[in-house]
Amino acid sequence: MNPSHVASSSGKAELQAQRIRAAMLFLIPMIAALVLVAAYPLFRSIYFSFTDTSLSNLYGGQWIGFDNYLSWRTLPSGKTIFRGTLVDPAWWNAVWNTVRFAFVSVTLEAILGMIVALVLNAEFKGRGLVRAAILIPWAIPTIVSAKMWSWMLNDQFGIVNDVLMNLGIISQKIAWTASVDTAMFAVLIVDIWKTTPFMALLCLAGLQMVPKDVYEASKIDGIHPIKVFFKITLPLVKPALMVAIIFRMLDALRIFDLIYVLTPNSSTTKTMSIISRENMIEFDKFAYGSAQSTLLFTFIALFVILYIWLGKVDLSGDNK
Amino acid sequence: MKILKTLAFYLLVLVIVVVSVFPFYYAILTSFKTGTALFEVDYWPTSFSFNNYFSVFQQGEFLRNILNSVFVATMTVALALLMAVTASYALARVRFRGRGLLLMTILAVSMFPQIAVLSGLFEMIRFIGIYNTPWALILSYTIFTLPFTVWVLTTFMRDLPIEIEEAAIVDGATPWQIITKVFLPLMWPALVTTGLLAFIGAWNEFLFALTFTSSNETRTVPVAISLLSGATQYETPWGIIMAASVLVTVPIIILVLIFQRKIVAGLTAGGVKG
Repeated sequence: MNPSHVASSSGKAELQAQRIRAAMLFLIPMIAALVLVAAYPLFRSIYFSFTDTSLSNLYGGQWIGFDNYLSWRTLPSGKTIFRGTLVDPAWWNAVWNTVRFAFVSVTLEAILGMIVALVLNAEFKGRGLVRAAILIPWAIPTIVSAKMWSWMLNDQFGIVNDVLMNLGIISQKIAWTASVDTAMFAVLIVDIWKTTPFMALLCLAGLQMVPKDVYEASKIDGIHPIKVFFKITLPLVKPALMVAIIFRMLDALRIFDLIYVLTPNSSTTKTMSIISRENMIEFDKFAYGSAQSTLLFTFIALFVILYIWLGKVDLSGDNK
Repeated sequence: MKILKTLAFYLLVLVIVVVSVFPFYYAILTSFKTGTALFEVDYWPTSFSFNNYFSVFQQGEFLRNILNSVFVATMTVALALLMAVTASYALARVRFRGRGLLLMTILAVSMFPQIAVLSGLFEMIRFIGIYNTPWALILSYTIFTLPFTVWVLTTFMRDLPIEIEEAAIVDGATPWQIITKVFLPLMWPALVTTGLLAFIGAWNEFLFALTFTSSNETRTVPVAISLLSGATQYETPWGIIMAASVLVTVPIIILVLIFQRKIVAGLTAGGVKG
Protein backbone atom coordinates (compact mmCIF):
# COMPACT_ATOMS: atom_id res chain seq x y z
CA MET A 1 0.00 0.00 0.00
CA ASN A 2 1.19 3.46 -0.82
CA PRO A 3 2.45 5.14 2.36
CA SER A 4 0.98 8.52 1.45
CA HIS A 5 -2.44 6.92 1.52
CA VAL A 6 -2.43 7.02 5.32
CA ALA A 7 -1.66 10.71 5.37
CA SER A 8 -2.35 12.47 8.65
CA SER A 9 -4.49 15.59 8.71
CA SER A 10 -1.38 17.78 8.87
CA GLY A 11 -0.12 16.06 5.72
CA LYS A 12 -3.41 16.89 4.04
CA ALA A 13 -3.14 20.53 5.04
CA GLU A 14 0.42 20.56 3.73
CA LEU A 15 -0.81 19.08 0.43
CA GLN A 16 -3.55 21.68 0.17
CA ALA A 17 -1.06 24.48 0.84
CA GLN A 18 1.21 23.07 -1.86
CA ARG A 19 -1.69 22.97 -4.31
CA ILE A 20 -2.58 26.56 -3.57
CA ARG A 21 1.01 27.67 -4.09
CA ALA A 22 1.06 25.88 -7.44
CA ALA A 23 -2.29 27.42 -8.36
CA MET A 24 -0.95 30.92 -7.69
CA LEU A 25 2.06 30.17 -9.87
CA PHE A 26 -0.22 28.92 -12.65
CA LEU A 27 -2.33 32.05 -12.49
CA ILE A 28 0.54 34.52 -12.70
CA PRO A 29 1.02 34.51 -16.52
CA MET A 30 -2.68 35.02 -17.16
CA ILE A 31 -3.04 37.76 -14.56
CA ALA A 32 0.10 39.49 -15.81
CA ALA A 33 -1.20 39.36 -19.38
CA LEU A 34 -4.59 40.75 -18.39
CA VAL A 35 -3.01 43.56 -16.41
CA LEU A 36 -0.86 44.40 -19.43
CA VAL A 37 -3.58 44.37 -22.10
CA ALA A 38 -6.69 45.27 -20.09
CA ALA A 39 -6.16 46.92 -16.72
CA TYR A 40 -3.26 49.20 -17.61
CA PRO A 41 -4.69 50.43 -20.96
CA LEU A 42 -8.05 51.03 -19.29
CA PHE A 43 -6.35 53.04 -16.59
CA ARG A 44 -4.39 55.03 -19.19
CA SER A 45 -7.52 55.68 -21.26
CA ILE A 46 -9.28 57.06 -18.21
CA TYR A 47 -6.20 59.11 -17.39
CA PHE A 48 -6.07 60.53 -20.93
CA SER A 49 -9.66 61.66 -20.59
CA PHE A 50 -8.51 64.12 -17.92
CA THR A 51 -5.71 65.58 -20.05
CA ASP A 52 -5.36 67.56 -23.28
CA THR A 53 -3.34 64.84 -25.04
CA SER A 54 -3.55 64.81 -28.82
CA LEU A 55 -2.58 62.15 -31.31
CA SER A 56 0.35 64.20 -32.55
CA ASN A 57 1.54 64.89 -29.01
CA LEU A 58 0.94 61.62 -27.17
CA TYR A 59 3.31 62.21 -24.29
CA GLY A 60 2.96 65.92 -23.76
CA GLY A 61 -0.58 66.00 -22.42
CA GLN A 62 -1.32 68.23 -19.45
CA TRP A 63 -3.81 67.48 -16.71
CA ILE A 64 -6.95 69.55 -17.28
CA GLY A 65 -9.39 67.93 -14.88
CA PHE A 66 -12.92 67.47 -16.07
CA ASP A 67 -12.68 69.90 -19.00
CA ASN A 68 -13.21 67.16 -21.60
CA TYR A 69 -16.40 66.19 -19.85
CA LEU A 70 -17.75 69.58 -18.88
CA SER A 71 -16.36 73.04 -18.38
CA TRP A 72 -17.87 76.45 -18.37
CA ARG A 73 -16.77 79.99 -18.47
CA THR A 74 -18.72 83.16 -17.89
CA LEU A 75 -18.25 85.89 -20.46
CA PRO A 76 -18.02 89.54 -19.42
CA SER A 77 -21.52 89.95 -20.82
CA GLY A 78 -22.76 87.57 -18.15
CA LYS A 79 -23.45 84.74 -20.57
CA THR A 80 -22.15 81.31 -19.55
CA ILE A 81 -20.62 79.07 -22.17
CA PHE A 82 -20.56 75.33 -21.61
CA ARG A 83 -18.11 73.00 -23.30
CA GLY A 84 -17.29 69.32 -23.18
CA THR A 85 -18.81 65.97 -24.09
CA LEU A 86 -21.70 66.26 -21.70
CA VAL A 87 -23.08 69.25 -23.56
CA ASP A 88 -22.12 67.98 -27.02
CA PRO A 89 -25.26 67.27 -29.06
CA ALA A 90 -23.29 64.85 -31.28
CA TRP A 91 -22.46 62.79 -28.19
CA TRP A 92 -26.05 62.65 -26.95
CA ASN A 93 -27.18 61.75 -30.45
CA ALA A 94 -24.72 58.84 -30.33
CA VAL A 95 -25.93 57.79 -26.89
CA TRP A 96 -29.52 57.79 -28.09
CA ASN A 97 -28.60 55.85 -31.24
CA THR A 98 -26.69 53.24 -29.23
CA VAL A 99 -29.40 52.73 -26.66
CA ARG A 100 -32.13 52.59 -29.28
CA PHE A 101 -30.14 50.15 -31.38
CA ALA A 102 -29.24 47.91 -28.44
CA PHE A 103 -32.75 47.81 -27.07
CA VAL A 104 -34.53 47.12 -30.35
CA SER A 105 -31.99 44.64 -31.70
CA VAL A 106 -31.70 42.59 -28.52
CA THR A 107 -35.47 42.46 -27.99
CA LEU A 108 -36.12 41.26 -31.52
CA GLU A 109 -33.19 38.84 -31.38
CA ALA A 110 -34.49 37.33 -28.15
CA ILE A 111 -37.96 36.81 -29.62
CA LEU A 112 -36.75 35.49 -32.97
CA GLY A 113 -34.03 33.44 -31.29
CA MET A 114 -36.62 31.84 -29.05
CA ILE A 115 -38.80 30.99 -32.06
CA VAL A 116 -35.86 29.42 -33.90
CA ALA A 117 -34.87 27.54 -30.74
CA LEU A 118 -38.40 26.17 -30.34
CA VAL A 119 -38.31 24.98 -33.95
CA LEU A 120 -34.94 23.32 -33.42
CA ASN A 121 -36.16 21.72 -30.21
CA ALA A 122 -38.95 19.94 -32.06
CA GLU A 123 -38.14 16.61 -33.67
CA PHE A 124 -38.39 16.66 -37.43
CA LYS A 125 -36.53 15.42 -40.46
CA GLY A 126 -33.66 17.65 -41.47
CA ARG A 127 -33.20 19.26 -38.08
CA GLY A 128 -29.44 18.90 -38.34
CA LEU A 129 -29.53 20.70 -41.65
CA VAL A 130 -31.44 23.65 -40.19
CA ARG A 131 -29.01 23.91 -37.32
CA ALA A 132 -26.11 23.92 -39.76
CA ALA A 133 -27.85 26.59 -41.84
CA ILE A 134 -28.34 28.98 -38.94
CA LEU A 135 -24.66 28.69 -38.02
CA ILE A 136 -23.74 30.31 -41.33
CA PRO A 137 -24.75 33.90 -40.47
CA TRP A 138 -22.96 33.53 -37.15
CA ALA A 139 -19.75 32.29 -38.80
CA ILE A 140 -19.53 35.01 -41.44
CA PRO A 141 -17.21 37.85 -40.39
CA THR A 142 -19.14 41.00 -39.49
CA ILE A 143 -17.31 43.04 -42.10
CA VAL A 144 -18.24 40.51 -44.78
CA SER A 145 -21.90 40.48 -43.74
CA ALA A 146 -21.90 44.27 -43.76
CA LYS A 147 -20.54 44.26 -47.33
CA MET A 148 -22.88 41.49 -48.47
CA TRP A 149 -25.89 43.32 -47.15
CA SER A 150 -24.85 46.72 -48.41
CA TRP A 151 -24.76 45.10 -51.86
CA MET A 152 -28.16 43.50 -51.33
CA LEU A 153 -29.56 46.76 -49.97
CA ASN A 154 -27.97 48.81 -52.77
CA ASP A 155 -30.47 51.40 -53.97
CA GLN A 156 -29.96 50.91 -57.72
CA PHE A 157 -28.96 47.30 -58.19
CA GLY A 158 -29.85 45.68 -54.89
CA ILE A 159 -31.89 42.52 -54.72
CA VAL A 160 -33.93 43.69 -51.73
CA ASN A 161 -35.42 46.60 -53.64
CA ASP A 162 -35.99 44.31 -56.60
CA VAL A 163 -37.93 41.79 -54.53
CA LEU A 164 -39.98 44.44 -52.78
CA MET A 165 -40.78 46.16 -56.11
CA ASN A 166 -41.84 42.87 -57.69
CA LEU A 167 -44.06 42.09 -54.75
CA GLY A 168 -45.55 45.56 -54.99
CA ILE A 169 -44.63 46.43 -51.39
CA ILE A 170 -42.73 49.55 -52.41
CA SER A 171 -43.33 51.74 -55.43
CA GLN A 172 -39.89 53.30 -55.75
CA LYS A 173 -36.40 52.19 -54.87
CA ILE A 174 -35.20 52.92 -51.36
CA ALA A 175 -31.66 54.02 -50.53
CA TRP A 176 -31.60 51.81 -47.43
CA THR A 177 -28.15 52.61 -46.10
CA ALA A 178 -27.92 56.24 -47.21
CA SER A 179 -31.30 57.65 -46.32
CA VAL A 180 -31.75 59.04 -42.81
CA ASP A 181 -35.08 57.32 -42.39
CA THR A 182 -33.87 53.81 -43.16
CA ALA A 183 -30.18 53.72 -42.16
CA MET A 184 -30.91 52.51 -38.64
CA PHE A 185 -33.40 50.04 -40.03
CA ALA A 186 -30.72 48.62 -42.34
CA VAL A 187 -28.27 48.26 -39.45
CA LEU A 188 -30.94 46.48 -37.40
CA ILE A 189 -31.74 44.05 -40.21
CA VAL A 190 -28.12 43.01 -40.62
CA ASP A 191 -27.43 42.77 -36.91
CA ILE A 192 -30.54 40.72 -36.25
CA TRP A 193 -29.73 38.46 -39.19
CA LYS A 194 -26.22 37.90 -37.90
CA THR A 195 -26.81 37.40 -34.19
CA THR A 196 -30.19 35.69 -33.91
CA PRO A 197 -28.43 32.30 -34.41
CA PHE A 198 -26.29 32.93 -31.33
CA MET A 199 -29.40 33.75 -29.31
CA ALA A 200 -31.18 30.70 -30.72
CA LEU A 201 -28.36 28.35 -29.74
CA LEU A 202 -28.27 29.67 -26.18
CA CYS A 203 -32.07 29.41 -25.91
CA LEU A 204 -31.93 25.91 -27.34
CA ALA A 205 -29.41 24.87 -24.69
CA GLY A 206 -31.86 26.14 -22.08
CA LEU A 207 -34.80 24.38 -23.72
CA GLN A 208 -32.99 21.08 -23.78
CA MET A 209 -32.63 21.16 -20.01
CA VAL A 210 -36.42 21.18 -19.60
CA PRO A 211 -37.39 17.58 -18.74
CA LYS A 212 -39.50 15.94 -21.42
CA ASP A 213 -42.08 14.52 -18.98
CA VAL A 214 -43.18 18.06 -18.13
CA TYR A 215 -44.54 18.38 -21.66
CA GLU A 216 -46.10 14.94 -21.58
CA ALA A 217 -47.85 15.64 -18.31
CA SER A 218 -49.31 18.91 -19.55
CA LYS A 219 -50.37 17.22 -22.80
CA ILE A 220 -52.29 14.61 -20.83
CA ASP A 221 -53.91 17.36 -18.77
CA GLY A 222 -54.95 19.00 -22.03
CA ILE A 223 -53.25 22.35 -21.44
CA HIS A 224 -52.93 24.57 -24.51
CA PRO A 225 -49.34 24.59 -25.90
CA ILE A 226 -49.14 28.40 -25.76
CA LYS A 227 -50.09 28.32 -22.11
CA VAL A 228 -47.52 25.59 -21.52
CA PHE A 229 -44.87 27.81 -23.11
CA PHE A 230 -45.58 30.84 -20.95
CA LYS A 231 -46.32 29.00 -17.72
CA ILE A 232 -43.76 26.20 -17.83
CA THR A 233 -41.14 26.50 -20.56
CA LEU A 234 -40.36 30.20 -20.28
CA PRO A 235 -39.84 30.23 -16.48
CA LEU A 236 -37.55 27.22 -16.80
CA VAL A 237 -35.54 28.75 -19.63
CA LYS A 238 -35.43 32.19 -18.04
CA PRO A 239 -31.99 31.86 -16.38
CA ALA A 240 -30.37 30.85 -19.68
CA LEU A 241 -32.28 33.56 -21.53
CA MET A 242 -31.24 36.24 -19.03
CA VAL A 243 -27.57 35.36 -19.49
CA ALA A 244 -27.97 35.33 -23.28
CA ILE A 245 -29.67 38.72 -23.20
CA ILE A 246 -27.00 40.37 -21.11
CA PHE A 247 -24.20 39.07 -23.34
CA ARG A 248 -25.99 40.31 -26.43
CA MET A 249 -26.81 43.63 -24.77
CA LEU A 250 -23.15 44.27 -23.91
CA ASP A 251 -22.21 43.37 -27.44
CA ALA A 252 -24.84 45.68 -28.90
CA LEU A 253 -23.85 48.61 -26.69
CA ARG A 254 -20.30 48.54 -28.02
CA ILE A 255 -21.21 47.96 -31.68
CA PHE A 256 -18.64 49.36 -34.06
CA ASP A 257 -17.68 47.37 -37.15
CA LEU A 258 -21.10 46.79 -38.72
CA ILE A 259 -22.01 50.46 -38.62
CA TYR A 260 -18.55 51.61 -39.67
CA VAL A 261 -18.88 49.63 -42.90
CA LEU A 262 -22.62 49.63 -43.59
CA THR A 263 -23.60 53.23 -42.91
CA PRO A 264 -20.34 55.16 -42.54
CA ASN A 265 -21.66 58.64 -43.05
CA SER A 266 -25.05 58.57 -41.49
CA SER A 267 -25.44 60.57 -38.29
CA THR A 268 -28.57 58.61 -37.45
CA THR A 269 -26.55 55.46 -36.86
CA LYS A 270 -23.42 56.88 -35.20
CA THR A 271 -22.95 55.03 -31.93
CA MET A 272 -20.84 55.79 -28.88
CA SER A 273 -17.98 53.55 -30.08
CA ILE A 274 -18.03 55.12 -33.55
CA ILE A 275 -18.00 58.71 -32.38
CA SER A 276 -15.38 58.02 -29.74
CA ARG A 277 -12.94 56.46 -32.20
CA GLU A 278 -13.67 59.19 -34.73
CA ASN A 279 -12.60 61.85 -32.24
CA MET A 280 -9.64 59.85 -30.97
CA ILE A 281 -8.04 58.85 -34.26
CA GLU A 282 -9.55 60.80 -37.12
CA PHE A 283 -10.19 64.25 -35.62
CA ASP A 284 -7.03 64.37 -33.51
CA LYS A 285 -9.04 64.91 -30.33
CA PHE A 286 -7.41 61.98 -28.56
CA ALA A 287 -8.31 63.04 -25.03
CA TYR A 288 -11.84 64.06 -25.96
CA GLY A 289 -12.42 60.67 -27.57
CA SER A 290 -10.98 59.01 -24.48
CA ALA A 291 -13.48 60.89 -22.34
CA GLN A 292 -16.27 59.51 -24.51
CA SER A 293 -14.91 55.97 -24.34
CA THR A 294 -14.64 56.31 -20.57
CA LEU A 295 -18.27 57.39 -20.42
CA LEU A 296 -19.26 54.36 -22.50
CA PHE A 297 -17.27 52.12 -20.17
CA THR A 298 -18.96 53.63 -17.10
CA PHE A 299 -22.34 53.29 -18.75
CA ILE A 300 -21.77 49.61 -19.51
CA ALA A 301 -20.36 48.90 -16.06
CA LEU A 302 -23.39 50.49 -14.39
CA PHE A 303 -25.68 48.55 -16.68
CA VAL A 304 -24.03 45.23 -15.77
CA ILE A 305 -24.15 45.92 -12.03
CA LEU A 306 -27.81 46.91 -12.26
CA TYR A 307 -28.70 43.88 -14.35
CA ILE A 308 -26.96 41.40 -12.07
CA TRP A 309 -28.44 43.09 -9.01
CA LEU A 310 -31.99 43.28 -10.34
CA GLY A 311 -32.05 39.99 -12.21
CA LYS A 312 -29.97 38.01 -9.71
CA VAL A 313 -28.19 36.45 -12.66
CA ASP A 314 -25.69 33.80 -11.68
CA LEU A 315 -22.87 34.48 -14.12
CA SER A 316 -20.15 32.59 -12.30
CA GLY A 317 -22.10 29.34 -12.44
CA ASP A 318 -20.91 28.43 -8.94
CA ASN A 319 -24.37 27.40 -7.82
CA LYS A 320 -24.85 24.91 -10.61
CA MET B 1 -56.04 20.67 -39.18
CA LYS B 2 -53.03 18.54 -38.35
CA ILE B 3 -51.80 18.74 -41.94
CA LEU B 4 -52.19 22.50 -41.87
CA LYS B 5 -50.15 22.67 -38.70
CA THR B 6 -47.38 20.51 -40.16
CA LEU B 7 -47.42 22.63 -43.30
CA ALA B 8 -47.09 25.86 -41.30
CA PHE B 9 -44.23 24.34 -39.32
CA TYR B 10 -42.29 23.34 -42.41
CA LEU B 11 -42.96 26.74 -43.95
CA LEU B 12 -41.36 28.31 -40.89
CA VAL B 13 -38.41 25.94 -41.22
CA LEU B 14 -38.06 26.91 -44.86
CA VAL B 15 -38.12 30.62 -44.05
CA ILE B 16 -35.41 30.14 -41.39
CA VAL B 17 -33.16 28.24 -43.78
CA VAL B 18 -33.65 30.60 -46.73
CA VAL B 19 -33.09 33.74 -44.66
CA SER B 20 -29.94 32.24 -43.10
CA VAL B 21 -28.37 31.00 -46.29
CA PHE B 22 -29.57 33.39 -48.98
CA PRO B 23 -27.22 36.37 -48.40
CA PHE B 24 -24.17 34.14 -48.66
CA TYR B 25 -25.60 32.36 -51.69
CA TYR B 26 -26.18 35.74 -53.29
CA ALA B 27 -22.61 36.81 -52.53
CA ILE B 28 -21.32 33.69 -54.29
CA LEU B 29 -23.63 34.39 -57.23
CA THR B 30 -22.37 37.96 -57.50
CA SER B 31 -18.74 36.95 -57.22
CA PHE B 32 -19.03 35.02 -60.52
CA LYS B 33 -20.48 37.96 -62.42
CA THR B 34 -18.57 40.63 -64.27
CA GLY B 35 -19.26 43.70 -66.35
CA THR B 36 -22.85 44.71 -66.87
CA ALA B 37 -24.17 41.36 -65.63
CA LEU B 38 -23.34 42.61 -62.14
CA PHE B 39 -26.07 45.17 -62.36
CA GLU B 40 -28.85 42.80 -63.28
CA VAL B 41 -30.62 41.15 -60.42
CA ASP B 42 -30.62 37.37 -60.84
CA TYR B 43 -31.93 34.78 -58.46
CA TRP B 44 -30.15 31.84 -60.09
CA PRO B 45 -26.59 31.46 -61.35
CA THR B 46 -26.24 32.88 -64.85
CA SER B 47 -22.52 33.19 -65.42
CA PHE B 48 -19.39 31.54 -64.18
CA SER B 49 -16.46 33.85 -64.56
CA PHE B 50 -13.49 33.62 -62.24
CA ASN B 51 -12.28 37.08 -63.23
CA ASN B 52 -13.18 38.63 -59.90
CA TYR B 53 -11.15 36.00 -58.09
CA PHE B 54 -8.11 36.76 -60.25
CA SER B 55 -8.60 40.49 -59.77
CA VAL B 56 -8.68 40.15 -55.99
CA PHE B 57 -5.15 38.83 -55.97
CA GLN B 58 -3.88 41.29 -58.56
CA GLN B 59 -5.25 44.24 -56.66
CA GLY B 60 -3.42 45.39 -53.55
CA GLU B 61 -1.92 42.82 -51.24
CA PHE B 62 -4.76 40.42 -50.68
CA LEU B 63 -2.63 37.28 -50.37
CA ARG B 64 -0.47 39.11 -47.86
CA ASN B 65 -3.58 40.17 -45.96
CA ILE B 66 -4.73 36.56 -45.72
CA LEU B 67 -1.32 35.46 -44.44
CA ASN B 68 -1.39 38.29 -41.89
CA SER B 69 -4.80 37.17 -40.66
CA VAL B 70 -3.67 33.56 -40.38
CA PHE B 71 -0.49 34.51 -38.54
CA VAL B 72 -2.18 36.90 -36.13
CA ALA B 73 -5.07 34.59 -35.34
CA THR B 74 -2.86 31.51 -34.89
CA MET B 75 -0.36 33.28 -32.64
CA THR B 76 -3.09 34.88 -30.55
CA VAL B 77 -4.86 31.58 -30.02
CA ALA B 78 -1.66 29.67 -29.25
CA LEU B 79 -0.60 32.21 -26.64
CA ALA B 80 -4.05 32.36 -25.08
CA LEU B 81 -4.34 28.56 -24.84
CA LEU B 82 -0.87 28.26 -23.36
CA MET B 83 -1.76 30.61 -20.51
CA ALA B 84 -5.32 29.39 -20.20
CA VAL B 85 -4.56 25.71 -19.61
CA THR B 86 -2.66 26.24 -16.38
CA ALA B 87 -4.84 29.15 -15.24
CA SER B 88 -8.07 27.24 -15.75
CA TYR B 89 -6.67 24.24 -13.87
CA ALA B 90 -6.02 26.51 -10.90
CA LEU B 91 -9.45 28.12 -11.20
CA ALA B 92 -11.39 24.90 -11.65
CA ARG B 93 -9.64 22.39 -9.42
CA VAL B 94 -8.03 24.27 -6.56
CA ARG B 95 -10.04 25.99 -3.85
CA PHE B 96 -8.53 29.27 -2.77
CA ARG B 97 -9.74 32.56 -1.43
CA GLY B 98 -10.78 35.10 -4.05
CA ARG B 99 -11.47 32.50 -6.71
CA GLY B 100 -15.02 33.69 -7.33
CA LEU B 101 -13.87 37.30 -7.57
CA LEU B 102 -11.12 36.37 -10.02
CA LEU B 103 -13.58 34.47 -12.20
CA MET B 104 -15.96 37.43 -12.23
CA THR B 105 -13.10 39.76 -13.18
CA ILE B 106 -12.14 37.49 -16.07
CA LEU B 107 -15.72 37.43 -17.28
CA ALA B 108 -15.92 41.21 -16.94
CA VAL B 109 -12.79 41.66 -19.07
CA SER B 110 -14.23 39.44 -21.79
CA MET B 111 -17.24 41.75 -21.98
CA PHE B 112 -15.21 44.94 -22.06
CA PRO B 113 -16.12 47.47 -24.69
CA GLN B 114 -12.92 47.41 -26.73
CA ILE B 115 -13.12 51.11 -27.34
CA ALA B 116 -12.55 51.69 -23.60
CA VAL B 117 -8.95 50.52 -23.86
CA LEU B 118 -8.27 51.85 -27.35
CA SER B 119 -6.36 55.01 -26.43
CA GLY B 120 -4.38 53.27 -23.68
CA LEU B 121 -3.43 50.42 -26.00
CA PHE B 122 -2.59 52.87 -28.76
CA GLU B 123 -0.12 54.62 -26.48
CA MET B 124 1.38 51.31 -25.33
CA ILE B 125 1.75 50.00 -28.87
CA ARG B 126 3.43 53.21 -29.99
CA PHE B 127 5.67 53.11 -26.94
CA ILE B 128 6.86 49.53 -27.48
CA GLY B 129 7.33 50.33 -31.15
CA ILE B 130 5.07 47.64 -32.59
CA TYR B 131 2.60 50.00 -34.28
CA ASN B 132 1.71 48.76 -37.78
CA THR B 133 3.09 45.25 -37.15
CA PRO B 134 1.21 41.97 -36.54
CA TRP B 135 2.49 42.03 -32.94
CA ALA B 136 0.28 45.01 -32.17
CA LEU B 137 -2.72 42.88 -33.06
CA ILE B 138 -1.47 39.76 -31.25
CA LEU B 139 -0.99 41.84 -28.11
CA SER B 140 -4.35 43.58 -28.29
CA TYR B 141 -6.39 40.50 -29.26
CA THR B 142 -5.29 38.84 -26.03
CA ILE B 143 -7.83 41.07 -24.29
CA PHE B 144 -10.70 39.01 -25.64
CA THR B 145 -9.14 35.62 -26.52
CA LEU B 146 -7.54 35.03 -23.10
CA PRO B 147 -10.60 35.62 -20.87
CA PHE B 148 -12.73 33.63 -23.28
CA THR B 149 -10.43 30.58 -23.37
CA VAL B 150 -9.88 30.66 -19.60
CA TRP B 151 -13.62 30.84 -19.01
CA VAL B 152 -14.57 27.98 -21.31
CA LEU B 153 -11.73 25.71 -20.20
CA THR B 154 -12.58 26.38 -16.56
CA THR B 155 -16.20 25.32 -17.03
CA PHE B 156 -14.96 22.25 -18.88
CA MET B 157 -12.44 21.22 -16.20
CA ARG B 158 -14.86 21.86 -13.36
CA ASP B 159 -17.17 19.21 -14.79
CA LEU B 160 -14.53 16.46 -14.78
CA PRO B 161 -14.89 14.00 -11.88
CA ILE B 162 -12.62 14.35 -8.86
CA GLU B 163 -11.50 10.71 -9.11
CA ILE B 164 -9.28 11.24 -12.12
CA GLU B 165 -7.12 13.57 -10.09
CA GLU B 166 -7.19 11.67 -6.81
CA ALA B 167 -5.18 8.72 -8.02
CA ALA B 168 -2.45 11.03 -9.27
CA ILE B 169 -2.37 12.96 -6.00
CA VAL B 170 -2.08 9.74 -4.05
CA ASP B 171 0.86 8.75 -6.21
CA GLY B 172 2.53 12.01 -5.27
CA ALA B 173 2.26 13.78 -8.62
CA THR B 174 2.94 17.50 -8.62
CA PRO B 175 0.24 19.87 -9.91
CA TRP B 176 2.27 20.40 -13.08
CA GLN B 177 2.40 16.64 -13.68
CA ILE B 178 -1.33 16.44 -13.02
CA ILE B 179 -2.00 19.01 -15.73
CA THR B 180 0.29 17.54 -18.34
CA LYS B 181 -0.28 13.84 -17.66
CA VAL B 182 -3.88 13.70 -16.45
CA PHE B 183 -5.79 16.67 -17.80
CA LEU B 184 -4.16 17.48 -21.14
CA PRO B 185 -4.97 14.11 -22.71
CA LEU B 186 -8.60 14.57 -21.68
CA MET B 187 -8.74 18.15 -22.82
CA TRP B 188 -7.93 17.87 -26.50
CA PRO B 189 -11.53 18.14 -27.67
CA ALA B 190 -12.14 21.17 -25.45
CA LEU B 191 -8.88 22.76 -26.57
CA VAL B 192 -9.76 22.34 -30.24
CA THR B 193 -13.23 23.86 -29.79
CA THR B 194 -12.08 26.76 -27.65
CA GLY B 195 -9.16 27.39 -29.94
CA LEU B 196 -11.40 27.41 -32.97
CA LEU B 197 -13.85 29.85 -31.40
CA ALA B 198 -11.03 32.14 -30.33
CA PHE B 199 -9.54 31.83 -33.82
CA ILE B 200 -12.81 32.95 -35.40
CA GLY B 201 -12.94 35.88 -33.00
CA ALA B 202 -9.42 36.96 -33.90
CA TRP B 203 -10.00 36.34 -37.62
CA ASN B 204 -13.07 38.61 -37.61
CA GLU B 205 -11.78 41.40 -35.38
CA PHE B 206 -12.00 44.86 -36.91
CA LEU B 207 -11.61 47.81 -34.52
CA PHE B 208 -8.07 47.07 -33.33
CA ALA B 209 -6.95 45.95 -36.77
CA LEU B 210 -8.24 49.18 -38.28
CA THR B 211 -6.59 51.36 -35.64
CA PHE B 212 -3.25 49.65 -35.09
CA THR B 213 -2.23 49.03 -38.69
CA SER B 214 -1.80 51.64 -41.36
CA SER B 215 -0.37 50.10 -44.50
CA ASN B 216 -1.61 47.61 -47.07
CA GLU B 217 1.06 45.01 -46.25
CA THR B 218 0.22 44.78 -42.56
CA ARG B 219 -3.57 44.85 -42.74
CA THR B 220 -5.71 41.85 -41.93
CA VAL B 221 -8.48 40.57 -44.17
CA PRO B 222 -11.51 42.35 -42.62
CA VAL B 223 -9.79 45.75 -42.90
CA ALA B 224 -8.58 45.00 -46.41
CA ILE B 225 -12.10 44.09 -47.51
CA SER B 226 -13.59 47.18 -45.92
CA LEU B 227 -11.12 49.32 -47.85
CA LEU B 228 -11.45 47.66 -51.28
CA SER B 229 -12.37 50.44 -53.64
CA GLY B 230 -12.72 50.99 -57.33
CA ALA B 231 -10.90 53.15 -59.82
CA THR B 232 -12.94 56.15 -58.78
CA GLN B 233 -14.61 57.08 -55.56
CA TYR B 234 -18.06 56.46 -56.97
CA GLU B 235 -17.44 53.06 -58.41
CA THR B 236 -17.60 50.27 -55.88
CA PRO B 237 -16.13 47.01 -57.26
CA TRP B 238 -18.91 44.79 -55.95
CA GLY B 239 -17.80 41.71 -57.88
CA ILE B 240 -14.31 41.85 -56.41
CA ILE B 241 -15.57 42.60 -52.91
CA MET B 242 -17.89 39.60 -53.08
CA ALA B 243 -15.08 37.35 -54.39
CA ALA B 244 -12.85 38.44 -51.51
CA SER B 245 -15.69 37.92 -49.06
CA VAL B 246 -16.37 34.42 -50.33
CA LEU B 247 -12.66 33.55 -50.17
CA VAL B 248 -12.28 34.47 -46.51
CA THR B 249 -15.63 33.09 -45.43
CA VAL B 250 -15.62 29.65 -47.04
CA PRO B 251 -12.80 28.22 -44.87
CA ILE B 252 -14.50 29.50 -41.71
CA ILE B 253 -17.87 28.08 -42.73
CA ILE B 254 -16.32 24.70 -43.55
CA LEU B 255 -14.58 24.60 -40.17
CA VAL B 256 -17.76 25.59 -38.38
CA LEU B 257 -19.81 22.95 -40.16
CA ILE B 258 -17.25 20.23 -39.43
CA PHE B 259 -17.07 21.12 -35.74
CA GLN B 260 -20.66 22.28 -35.37
CA ARG B 261 -21.63 20.05 -32.47
CA LYS B 262 -18.56 21.00 -30.47
CA ILE B 263 -18.95 24.67 -31.33
CA VAL B 264 -22.52 24.75 -30.11
CA ALA B 265 -21.37 23.11 -26.87
CA GLY B 266 -18.48 25.55 -26.51
CA LEU B 267 -20.65 28.59 -27.20
CA THR B 268 -23.19 27.59 -24.62
CA ALA B 269 -20.51 26.84 -22.04
CA GLY B 270 -18.75 30.11 -22.67
CA GLY B 271 -21.86 32.14 -23.30
CA VAL B 272 -19.49 34.63 -24.87
CA LYS B 273 -19.45 35.58 -28.48
CA GLY B 274 -15.97 34.80 -29.77
